[in-house]
Amino acid sequence: MRLLVKNTLVAAALTILGSGQAWSTDTSIIVQSTTSTANSGLYDHLLPMFTRETDITVNVVAVGTGQALKNARNCDGDVLLVHARSAEEKFVAEGYGVERHDVMYNDFVFVGPPTDAAAIASGMSALDALARIAGSQSKFASRGDNSGTHKKEMSLWKETAIDPTRGSGKWYLETGSGMGATLNAAVGSGAYTMTDRATWISFRNKQDFEIQVEGDDALFNQYGIIMVNPEKCDQVKREAAQRFVDWIVSDTGQAAIAAYQLNGQQLFFPNAR
Amino acid sequence: MQDFSDAFGLAFSLIIGGDPDLIEIIGLSLRVSITAVVISALVGFPLGALTAVVRFPGRQTIAVILNASMGLPPVVVGLLVYMALSRAGPFGWMNLLYTPAAMIIAQSILVTPIIAALSRQVVEDMHHEYDEQFRSFCIPTHRVIGALIWDSRYSLLTVALAGFGRAIAEVGAVIIVGGNIDHLTRVMTTAIALETSKGNLALALALGFILLILALSVNAAVYGLRASARRLSYA
Repeated sequence: MRLLVKNTLVAAALTILGSGQAWSTDTSIIVQSTTSTANSGLYDHLLPMFTRETDITVNVVAVGTGQALKNARNCDGDVLLVHARSAEEKFVAEGYGVERHDVMYNDFVFVGPPTDAAAIASGMSALDALARIAGSQSKFASRGDNSGTHKKEMSLWKETAIDPTRGSGKWYLETGSGMGATLNAAVGSGAYTMTDRATWISFRNKQDFEIQVEGDDALFNQYGIIMVNPEKCDQVKREAAQRFVDWIVSDTGQAAIAAYQLNGQQLFFPNAR
Repeated sequence: MQDFSDAFGLAFSLIIGGDPDLIEIIGLSLRVSITAVVISALVGFPLGALTAVVRFPGRQTIAVILNASMGLPPVVVGLLVYMALSRAGPFGWMNLLYTPAAMIIAQSILVTPIIAALSRQVVEDMHHEYDEQFRSFCIPTHRVIGALIWDSRYSLLTVALAGFGRAIAEVGAVIIVGGNIDHLTRVMTTAIALETSKGNLALALALGFILLILALSVNAAVYGLRASARRLSYA
């Protein structure tokens, strides 16, 4: 029995050490990422190409943009791929990131139930649609999690001069969750919500929900990539991280992004430089 | 709901098909949770027995704290372990964040109080029965603890299974410290959370069925082991 216990102990210790070691010797980087790029399958399309070319494994931690920025500030990542331009520029200005590059764009859309109680599905602007939703106190599901999508939504509300949080818990539902969870909540409770188009196209629980507002310039959604600053975080794998950033904004990477389609639709439009 | 019947069919075809990604995820789930339970048992059994047998001031307080810690919220444990293992945290130099090791650490912290609290109760009940004999033979404490743990081994196995149930089913801690990275730290529960967020409800539910089957198999295996061990010891 004592021998058995000792063996188990040794085995457990080896398991922990073993996995730690494998981690540090591999050429791998961590990308702190927004969820839309992961959930839509873009990384499954891009990363194998990059790994084949460079032998660098890319580990994606898909969280909201707010959490991704926070994790990167803690040095828990080598590269950041998110979509909240002003927050990204602040991140670089504060010295946490080396340089910000545009990568690609798509757009946000408003989706809602076909009953369309606020009558927004007639080619109106995003601001008018929000004003109508608030005016009719129709249910609206908000991310409420400081993510890129949430920041965008709040900036739109700010322009309408309406404070939706006064209806919080009544018609304005702050889920505090990711885009997918918020879409599930919206679909489940018949609420409008704002989502990036890539997540919407790849989302599989649409039921009878439809896109009701789209094509407004105000709904532009720009993605950026930043290498975490090795001067601030000495564990950043500078060389591998730089290669990944260079590859994403290179002609090869950009062409690969453009080539990614789901259900016959292009999800992301490359626009580096 | 179309999704329910879809999920059954999907679960079945996933199991039959032996999808390599799924096998990898199942393997990691088992590896992480079983390792966490073994570590927790190595700490929790002696700790529980010690608080059951040895009389010292504050013993009741420790018992209450252990019992209360059975309800540690996984997401809080995940957050604490994240802050400890983050490169900006005190143990950042170990480079453990976003590895299976980090997940094992988080689950061990969740499971150890469960195993310690339950085994304290088991051993204490056993101790009441034998206390006088131990005293009359003047048996030293460490041997008393050893004997009690050995004698209650079958009950303690159930205690360990309770810990395993907690570990294999939790998502809050492993998703924060593991990051749900494909082919590295994705386990059953984080995969279910991911598929749910993609709106793949049928696939998420199918994975849920497989997780239940997994838990059932582990419990059945331990039950079988225990039954045959008993037979052997009475033979």
